[in-house]
Amino acid sequence: MPETIEKVPITVKVNGKSYTRSVEPRMLLVEFLREALDLTGTHIGCDTSYCGACTVLFNGTTAKSCTMFAFQADRSEILTVEGLEKNNELHALQKAFGDSYGLQCGYCTPGILMSTYQLLSETRNPSEKEIRKAIAGNTCRCTGYQNVFKAIRAAAAQGIGETR
Amino acid sequence: MYPRAFRYHRAATIQEASTLLSQLGEEAELLAGGQSLIPLMKLRFANPAHLVDLGFIPDLSFIKDDGETLRFGPMTRHAEIDHSSVASKIPIVHDCAAGIADVQIRNRGTIGGSLAEADPSGDWANVLLTLDTQLRVANSHGERTIPLSDFIKDAYTTELAHDELITEILVQKPGQNTGGAYFAFKRTAPVYPTASVAVQLTMAGDTCTDASIILGCVGLTPVKAKDAESALRGNPMNGRALISAIEAARSAADPQPDMRGSADYKRQVIASLTKRAIEAAAARARGEQVNVSHLYA
Repeated sequence: MPETIEKVPITVKVNGKSYTRSVEPRMLLVEFLREALDLTGTHIGCDTSYCGACTVLFNGTTAKSCTMFAFQADRSEILTVEGLEKNNELHALQKAFGDSYGLQCGYCTPGILMSTYQLLSETRNPSEKEIRKAIAGNTCRCTGYQNVFKAIRAAAAQGIGETR
Repeated sequence: MYPRAFRYHRAATIQEASTLLSQLGEEAELLAGGQSLIPLMKLRFANPAHLVDLGFIPDLSFIKDDGETLRFGPMTRHAEIDHSSVASKIPIVHDCAAGIADVQIRNRGTIGGSLAEADPSGDWANVLLTLDTQLRVANSHGERTIPLSDFIKDAYTTELAHDELITEILVQKPGQNTGGAYFAFKRTAPVYPTASVAVQLTMAGDTCTDASIILGCVGLTPVKAKDAESALRGNPMNGRALISAIEAARSAADPQPDMRGSADYKRQVIASLTKRAIEAAAARARGEQVNVSHLYA
């Protein structure tokens, strides 16, 4: 950098834990999560706001963390894929994806899980169309999506949206 | 890629944001939802030296019904409009909000940011131009109101002075026997549409008494398809009027060939969307419930 840029102090609650850090203004939220907090479950896929691998819950609704600056998360609450499991036990949503083979290489999975989490929090019994629309912002290059849909249907049938 | 380094300024009020813009000069940009600006900065197509963040100004996100008019706060997210029963009173507004990009982007992107950016492929301006839409804008000295039809000057260029911000978007509710619909065709959810058509009709029985037709993505600014409107206005809504309107819309489109398709292909998409939008708008004007959503390849 040609000159010193003043850093921005931020306090963010991530997966229930509060963090206070000073960030360079241009630091993206996904880099903050991965590099400052060492939460590498949130992935960088395309880095162009397309693929959704970086999807996190931001104050309760999904956002692409590669398309937010870290400073925008000041005074906010974030849930990442690491926040889904409780007491070393996978969340029922994660189990449903495993049981239905809703992943292959798994790179897109953290993002798809977060999009599904929002869907099932809002819609108890999503229709096929609602499921497709809910994960339209998440790209998977392995599965062809059929087993992903199967996993989401299985999770919805278990009433996962009501548990949290 | 990381954007070029910039300085950060958090505005507490609209007035402070305006003052910051005047002090910092042309090297400063406003950050609303960031869903267009941040990708441009990451590609280093946009390299502002200063960002003025609107995200911490209270009370800029709202949807209010004033009887005759719906009022939208500039930082109202597309998703909030999508889920709003108030906004759904104008069906074409819901069509637009529910179809922009994908869930994640609708959760972050704002109606004011979309209008102020004036991207030729954006959605909001097309829809709101079929209605009577006024923008309240302000700087640190005062306020003024601009009709949306005078607001967009060119691609990415609006009537806003450098220190002016949109403070409110006022959309007059269409009256009885009116109906509107917005169709956009996209290759996939997160991308901008290939082409889009917004139609708002007033009907008296089977006769169309007024029509507003705006074409998106096929010009530097939204294209008002005046001949297509004339083909419908004053005529019974039959096959002949529909075909004339479709052909007039096809001629009015002036698309550029690019990765989304050739110019001829885009004109064909416009023709197809015009037909669907007119039919859906007419059905809604008759009081029928019609579900409209963006179309995918």
